[in-house]
Amino acid sequence: MSIKTVDTAGKEQAVVSNDDVVLEVEDLVVHYVLKKSVVEAVNGVSFKLKKRRAIGLVGETGAGKTTTALAIMNLVPDPPGVIKNGKITVCGKDMLSMKPHQLEKIRGKDISMIFQDPMTSLNPVMTVGEQIAESVRLHEHVGKHEAMKRAVEMLELVGIPGERAGDYPHQFSGGMKQRVVIAVALACNPSVLIADEPTTALDVTIQAQVLSMMNDLKEKCDTALVMITHDLGVVAKMCDEVAVLYAGRIVEYGTLEDVFNRTMHPYTEGLFNSLPKINNRHAPLKPIPGLMPDPTRLPPGCAFADRCRYATDACRANIPELRRVSDTHSVACSRYEEPGFSIEGWRHG
Amino acid sequence: MSSKVTAQQAVSRQYEKENRALAVWKRLRTNPGAVIGLIILIIMVLLMIYSFLFISYEEIYTIDSKNRFSPPSSEHIFGTDEMGRDLAKRIIYGSRYSLAVAFGAVAIGVIIGTFLGSIAGYFGGWVDNLIMRISDIMSSIPGILLGMVIVTILGPNLLNLLIAVGVTNIAGFIRMARASVLTTKSNEYVESARAIGMSEFRIIFTQVLPNSLSPLIVTATARMATSILAAAGLSFLGFGIAAPKPEWGALISGSRNFINYAPHLCTYPGLFIMLMAFACALLGDGLRDALDPKLKK
Repeated sequence: MSIKTVDTAGKEQAVVSNDDVVLEVEDLVVHYVLKKSVVEAVNGVSFKLKKRRAIGLVGETGAGKTTTALAIMNLVPDPPGVIKNGKITVCGKDMLSMKPHQLEKIRGKDISMIFQDPMTSLNPVMTVGEQIAESVRLHEHVGKHEAMKRAVEMLELVGIPGERAGDYPHQFSGGMKQRVVIAVALACNPSVLIADEPTTALDVTIQAQVLSMMNDLKEKCDTALVMITHDLGVVAKMCDEVAVLYAGRIVEYGTLEDVFNRTMHPYTEGLFNSLPKINNRHAPLKPIPGLMPDPTRLPPGCAFADRCRYATDACRANIPELRRVSDTHSVACSRYEEPGFSIEGWRHG
Repeated sequence: MSSKVTAQQAVSRQYEKENRALAVWKRLRTNPGAVIGLIILIIMVLLMIYSFLFISYEEIYTIDSKNRFSPPSSEHIFGTDEMGRDLAKRIIYGSRYSLAVAFGAVAIGVIIGTFLGSIAGYFGGWVDNLIMRISDIMSSIPGILLGMVIVTILGPNLLNLLIAVGVTNIAGFIRMARASVLTTKSNEYVESARAIGMSEFRIIFTQVLPNSLSPLIVTATARMATSILAAAGLSFLGFGIAAPKPEWGALISGSRNFINYAPHLCTYPGLFIMLMAFACALLGDGLRDALDPKLKK
């Protein structure tokens, strides 16, 4: 832990680490342009992801998590979605300036995505084996039988007996379907895997299984992971870094340690407060009051100000910048301009 | 248990794909109407095969002036026509035209209509607008009129009759395919397919269309009935297959002058047209029930 050294050392580290960066998102702005209004879904999100690392994008519904993920794949539905600004680099390739046929080569090969609901992410009229083989054949010049063999291997890798490759999705349970979905996504060994709430539709016992399997596969396949979730427990289990999103902006960004143990943003604090506490089960939950602002009419200042118990008039006037508080930890809250400000901390309850 | 063996087994199991068709057949079998329709259709096809093998061209066209207008008898079960030709043989010989129209005209409609409709539904935007407006124009012209125009331009023969009836079918299939694709394309597996790098056209043909087929199959069978009627109608009006050839509509048309004197000449071809259309409609109905996923359980 000697990151706080002189400039030269820091620079050197930056040079080395940049080679490892498999995904870089810079100042991403995505709007959905509707007839009467503009939904400002993502408003300047930036983060970097190194090889083999996992980042968690956390936030409540409508915070812009899924839109960010779709933008990374350059899959934002257009119309109405418009990527207004930003640069997305996957394994050194600029996703946003590519032509459709170039994108098709990258999707699935360099970067892949798992969707939320395993019940509907598999094609009901194709066997699961065919669907995995399809993914292989799209990116590698192999024959039908070779692809099918790979599919069977992938199935066994995710813990499904290979002889079930000839079965249709409706013959599998939810947890197994999600395993198949993961097998499809990992079939070509992508460098980055985006998982959009991969366990939300599963029950708790299966969630744990699927998550630990994903963890294993991440190690085995050398894949970096973007984990989109609203479940802080999932983040704690899976991720090295965390970005907390609110109304399309990152409000707190840091390592797992930073965000969980040195929480700085009032919104993150609110998220932790609204979890049940394992040591004091009788304590009432403290939800964050109010709702997320309407994304078609975002306030001029901090979007969280109306729900924030620390908010001042200054908060409502200017949008807070994401400022660094340590080498790994950043927070977007204007109150930290005041010396000596700190949030109450969520662990006292 | 080496993984190689399981891999081999799995590869071979991949080819057991008739599961779905088998399930549909099992459900279809329990529907008496559909079974009757299917049996009638099969008999028609068998009759057609029989006519190819055993009924010669001479038998159909040779005039026998001694036997004009003889009523149904054991020798001529449907009687004979105004030139003494055996009506039963002529009707059986004519089954090829009706079956050709039933399958050919529907095939033209299904192939072109589904292709255009799925593109319109999948891509939306101006492509959708263009295709749908063309389809609107096509469906605003009465089918029989459109068919008459096409036959008049191309000349009356079997192929042109097929094209004429087929073209009138296209608009319906465009609408059907578009509607079906619109509901299928928002499924998450389409999005997943995009996420693994599948091209748009491949997505349409491997992901979207196979999942939109059920309503199209049903419409196709139902359309077979109306196509047979349309072809018979065109032939009756003289725009279809020319008179000496025993197309069923043409048979009715040719004998309508003798309807008071020899009613059997109109009755039997009419019955066959009705039977054929009825069989297709019954089968279509049964297929709709059998393919409906909501009735699966």
